[in-house]
Order: sequence, then C-alpha cells, then structure tokens
Amino acid sequence: MQNKTLYDKVWQNHVVHERDDGMSLLYIDRHLVHEVTSPQAFEGLRLANRDIWRKDSILATVDHNIPTTDRSVGIDDVISKTQVDTLDQNCKDFSLVHFPMLDVRQGIVHVIGPEQGASLPGMTIVCGDSHTSTHGALGALAFGIGTSEVEHVLATQCLLMKKSKNMLIQVNGECASGVTAKDIILAIIGKLGTAGANGHTIEFAGSAIRALSVEGRMTVCNMSIEAGGRAGMIAVDDATLEYIAGRPFSPKDKNWDLAVAQWRTLNTDEGANFNSTIEIDANELQPQVTWGTSPEMVVGIDGAVPSNITADQQRALKYMELQPGTPIEEIKLDKVFIGSCTNSRIEDLREAANVIQDRKLAENIKLAMVVPGSGLIKQQAEQEGLDEVFKAAGFEWREPGCSMCLGMNADQLEPGERCASTSNRNFEGRQGKGGRTHLVSPAMAAAAAVHGHFVDVRRYL
Amino acid sequence: MKAFTEITSTFLPLDRSNVDTDAIIPQQYLKSVKRTGFGVNLFDNWRYKDPGVLGQDHSKRRLSDDFVLNKKQYQGAKILLARENFGCGSSREHAVWSILDYGFNVVIAPSFADIFRSNCYKNGLLPIALSTSEIDYLFEHVNTNPNYKCNINLDSQTITDENNKSFSFQIDEFRKYCLVNGFDEIDLTLQHEDKIKDYESKLKQTSPWLFSAK
Repeated sequence: MQNKTLYDKVWQNHVVHERDDGMSLLYIDRHLVHEVTSPQAFEGLRLANRDIWRKDSILATVDHNIPTTDRSVGIDDVISKTQVDTLDQNCKDFSLVHFPMLDVRQGIVHVIGPEQGASLPGMTIVCGDSHTSTHGALGALAFGIGTSEVEHVLATQCLLMKKSKNMLIQVNGECASGVTAKDIILAIIGKLGTAGANGHTIEFAGSAIRALSVEGRMTVCNMSIEAGGRAGMIAVDDATLEYIAGRPFSPKDKNWDLAVAQWRTLNTDEGANFNSTIEIDANELQPQVTWGTSPEMVVGIDGAVPSNITADQQRALKYMELQPGTPIEEIKLDKVFIGSCTNSRIEDLREAANVIQDRKLAENIKLAMVVPGSGLIKQQAEQEGLDEVFKAAGFEWREPGCSMCLGMNADQLEPGERCASTSNRNFEGRQGKGGRTHLVSPAMAAAAAVHGHFVDVRRYL
Repeated sequence: MKAFTEITSTFLPLDRSNVDTDAIIPQQYLKSVKRTGFGVNLFDNWRYKDPGVLGQDHSKRRLSDDFVLNKKQYQGAKILLARENFGCGSSREHAVWSILDYGFNVVIAPSFADIFRSNCYKNGLLPIALSTSEIDYLFEHVNTNPNYKCNINLDSQTITDENNKSFSFQIDEFRKYCLVNGFDEIDLTLQHEDKIKDYESKLKQTSPWLFSAK
C-alpha cells in the first residue's frame, strides 16, 4: 500500500462516495455553529422542509456579535440582539447543544471546541468560519465553510469536495525564548505569501512544532488560512492525548482505549509524498510584527518597513500611514488588543501577564483590553490572579468573544487609530473603518502596551 | 440556484491583488440574518467616504469618486476583473451574495481563495481563473476602452471579445454541471442517502465515541 500523509489518511477515512468526475462525498463528524453564518442556513432548511441529519454532531455558541462588557444587562444593539436571539431560537427548535451568552462554557467557537473535547483527532470538523483550521492542531481535518455548506452539512452530514494537495511545512530547530507559536506562523506566512498554500492542506511538522504546547499548535494551525491553506494539521503525539484526556466530550473508559489505538496511527507515513515542502529554521526566528494590510507583510522586530516595494505594498503603507524604512520599534500605538481565536487561551494570557507584571500602560495607550477565549479560561485566569495583573497595569478585563479581532460588536478602532493586536488579520478596516492593525504575539502586544511602541520582548526574558 | 449559461458584458477593472472578503463586505453588514440586500454595501469601505451601518439609507452617504465602482464609465458591468488571490480571508458567503446582488455574474482573476471559490459555485457566481498574461490583456483593453465587451460561454468554456480574440478556461465537470442546470447540491447529495447511512452505521461500529457525546 502507498505511503500516506496524515491528510490522506483522515480524508480517506471519511469518503462516503467518490464520483467519476473526482468529486467526493465527505462525511463530517463535528459541526460547530455560531450566530453570524448560520441564520440563512437554518432558514434554508425550513424553506425546503428538511430536518437536521445528525443533531449530536453539532455544538453551537455565540461569539462574533456579542458584547464583551457586562452582559447581565443584555445586548444594546437591536440588530446584534436579533442575530443572537435567532441562534438561540434555532438551537431550541432543532434541539441542539448550545452554550448561550450567559453560560460559563460560552466562548470563541475555535477555543471551546478543543476545550470541551468536542474536537478530536481524526475527525472531520467544519464551521462557517475560516479559522476552523485551528482544530487541525489535534490531528483533525478541520476547515471553514460558507453558509450554503453549513446548510448542506446540516441537511446531509456531508460535503461535496475535491481532495486538495499536500503541503509539508517543516519547522526545524528550536525557538529562542520570547519567540512563540504566533511568530512561527507569521514568519511562515511572510515566506509563503497569503496565497502560497491555496489548494493545499498543510501539515506542520519538525522539532519546533513538536516542542509547542497543544495551545501553541492551535495558534499555528489557526492561521493556515492566512497562508491560503483551508486546513492545517499536526500529527498526534503524547501531548495531544494528554490534552484531550478527561474533557467533557472526550471518550471515556473502553472508548478512550479504542480511540487512542486509532489516534496513534494519525501521522504521516515515512516516505509519503507531498506536492510541496517548505523548510523554516526556528533558530533564526525573531518576534514578528506586521507592517501592512495583509498578513504576509511582516518582518522581525529588528527590522524596518521595507523600502523597495510594489504598488500593492505602497497602497498598504499609505493606508497604514507609514514611511518606507521606518524601524519597527519606532511605530507608536494607540490601542492594544489581546484576544481572538488565535491568541486568547490560558497560556497566551499567562505570557502577556508575565510581561505586564508590576508595570503600567504607557501614557499614549488609550485603551488596552484582554478578551479571554472562553468563560472557563476567564475563570481559570481569575483563579491564577492574572486579571489583577492586567487590571493593575491599566488593561480592561472583558467577557469572552471575538471582540476587536473583527469589530462586529462595539469593540472597534476609530479611524486612524493604530493597534497592536494578537488577532489574525490586518486587513483594511478589519478592526473598524480606517483602523490600523499590527499583528503580534501576546508577549509582544503586552510589551508594546508598556512602552507605547513596539519593543523586542526578548529583552524582558 | 439560478442557472448560468452565457453572458455578454463590459467589465469593472479592480486592479488589486489579495482583495479580501472584509473589503468585499465589511463586518457590520454580517449582522443581517438574510441572504439579500448586500449589493449596496459591496466594497463599502472603498466605495463610501463615511462609515455605514446595516439598515441605514445608503443613498445619502458620500461616495469616494475615485473608486472604480463609482465611475460612470463602468456602470452596468456584469464581469468583475481583479488580480491574484481574489476573495481571501474570512469564509463569509455574504461576499458572494453582495457581488451577485450588485449585479455581477462573473469574477475573472488569476487565482481565487479556496473558500470564496467554493461559495461562488453554490450561488451561481462564475469564478474564472486565467493566466496573468491573459488578465493583463483584459485590463489593457478595458482601461483603453470601458465599453470593451466579452461573451462568456460556460458550455464551451470560452471568453471571446469583439475582435474574436478568445481564451478558454477550466472548470470542474461537476461544478459546471451544477451551474448550467442550476442544481441544488443538497438534492444531489441526498440521492446518496443510503450510502451515507451505510457509512454511518459502520462508523458507529468502529468509532462509537463519535456518537456518544453528551
């Protein structure tokens, strides 16, 4: 038998039917649902008088469009409230497992799936959100879908797709202290470009990936989509199994043993074929900062805004109001956002708090906020006293959600404001019309909050 | 889904690469629970000077005159012409809904982001990938003459201009079949209902934990 990649294995395990024209009917094990991309899908089901194929495959929560301030008073924005109420009602009508806004288990859909043990190795996992690639950190095939596909999965438990190509990204060596999972993936995107992995499923491998915690691996897989890869995956190892054991939805007892036996096979066979292979040397990586309006416009903290640039890059610099050649450390900030499905897990908050400890926000920082990824992470952080560290420094400590990553709720940049953000996209207007976003790791965002401009966090450690 | 067979139209030349779906339809409009009405907010941040919100009267907003969508000479175009990696970023299908609702039927670019392209097919918007030199040819002609037209024929997979210059394009057989017939993919999938049930009953045997979630 031909040697297979991790992706080949999970794909083949899920093919229900292969058409002559190469399209496959792929079975979906887990469907995560949130308020923004699902209402039209539920409406479509009702219009066609169809029921949901497998209700126990679905886990729903609200995250994109909810306030991160006091929720006991409800949602002010009538339009947002309608969308949140619509999901609540749909989950009630169809009897779906749902963590509503006031449930302590509520959070960003890509944080709570793994946290609950609802995202497991070898699964196919979909969600109407491009950052579904996050769950690939557990050895799952996880990818974002549009609303029509959400409806298709609700109605049939399957998707019609063509298998993508295999790409291997090998991150060798060891990251220096202060260089994190976020810096690895930003450097990869910088090298590959935002379209570099279009049409591919990425497998991340190598010693620097293996050395990451499972949370760190999620950060890496999360931004696969920013390199164009719809899915990113990492092979199962002991760390994966340790992470999963004992979570609410994880298999127990006899099922656990059965599952582990299968999950142990979820790695790439020796000699399996990749359509392309990229190598990165982790030893050479610095903390990364984006300077433009695409995640590929990124440079190390020692660097500067590039001088020899294309027309697209010129347009980006005009939007960002930056001059070619400006050293990254000279870029001054107005706001700091620590959160998002990329960097809102407990270790992200610990890393940021470690830098903030006994320090204060710089005077020019108008607002710095920490938005934990879930209610349970918020609780955990409070037990560890991290909230007090942030608050003492001048940060706001908020309720869980997507928040300023995409600014659907009230958490937005004003026109012209510049933000150090631990999120995943620095697109024009992403955090608010006219807002300027620089993507960094939680530790780098924390250090920037203290100094009011970017600094090399390695100096702190 | 509306069937697509052929159109003849002028172009809107959007000379940018990596046009992301946040730019195509900004976040505040995703609060809608409907599939319709997004056309007026297509490229909202580039198109209007002042910020907008869902449900307001957008005809009262100030237009950015230098943005190509607002230029008189390109009104009525049904073909959107762009550069590499069109539709990257967020999976929001609202991007496709807004392009269609505005009046486009075809997007031509050297490459598309995977999720965006998949969303196009579900809604009857035809994404056509051409080589960079072919895209350059089209941009040159549209820039010289805004009335430059092409016929796009899905059956023969060709783009032909008024001078009989012709390009062919690739499309998956299955996608073409669905577009030409306006098929609902859910109906097609449910023709395999028995196969899905068979697969599921085997899965219950081999991986029972997938079904015993709380």
